[in-house]
Amino acid sequence: MHIDLIIVLVLLILGYGFGRHAEKRHYQSIIRREKEMRGMLTFSAKTPPQDLKIANTTLVGGNVVISVDYFKRFVSGLRGLIGGRMKTYETLLDRARREAVLRMKAEAQEQGAEMIFNVKLETASISKGAKNTIGSVEVYAYGTAVTLG
Amino acid sequence: MILSNLESIPYRTVSKQLGLVQGSTVRAKHVGKDILAGLKNVFGGELKAYTELLQEARKEAVERMVQEADAIGADAILNIRFSTSSVTQGAAELFAYGTAVVLEDQ
Repeated sequence: MHIDLIIVLVLLILGYGFGRHAEKRHYQSIIRREKEMRGMLTFSAKTPPQDLKIANTTLVGGNVVISVDYFKRFVSGLRGLIGGRMKTYETLLDRARREAVLRMKAEAQEQGAEMIFNVKLETASISKGAKNTIGSVEVYAYGTAVTLG
Repeated sequence: MILSNLESIPYRTVSKQLGLVQGSTVRAKHVGKDILAGLKNVFGGELKAYTELLQEARKEAVERMVQEADAIGADAILNIRFSTSSVTQGAAELFAYGTAVVLEDQ
């Protein structure tokens, strides 16, 4: 009985410490790379403008699977009782989306493209954690990279 | 084979529509990787093994779609969409579909 309680406490502390550190580092890396990639324009427009001289198009995409930590899952379990905004999951999804978009941009840059059109974002929860709470999410971003001629 | 999720290719014209082509694959997770992912569930962060698994699976779905388009003599697949669904616990289906078309000669 007591051992169970201790295990839960240890997991909570580990989750809080490592999870917070990982999130902070991830956000720093996202913000840094977003600045680097600012030149790559992305649009959700379905078709490029008529007067754009396009030489080539390729399909590009980027995906990422991110897991929430034990502490956050615990906190959101409590939040589930009273309802309201679940900030812990908001940051999880925000990180996943921004990371996926960055990876898509990186692929487009490798291909020598200048812009990406018709960007779509797809989210899927691929594994369920304990008690059927969302454990991790996958985000896939894809679009058509355009090289100007 | 030109792949695009635009509705048309800006610098080419479509001469013939060949209809819908699709490709799908169902992938299960590796037990060893699943245990590692379980650990990650405590600490949080990216599950690299899953990221790669899904990336490979998506590539395979696209390859199958391209094969289908090749078989009917298409030059390009337009308006490509992806979708993911979890079939059972621990397995995911990745599905890619689009419209196969023949392009006019340049």
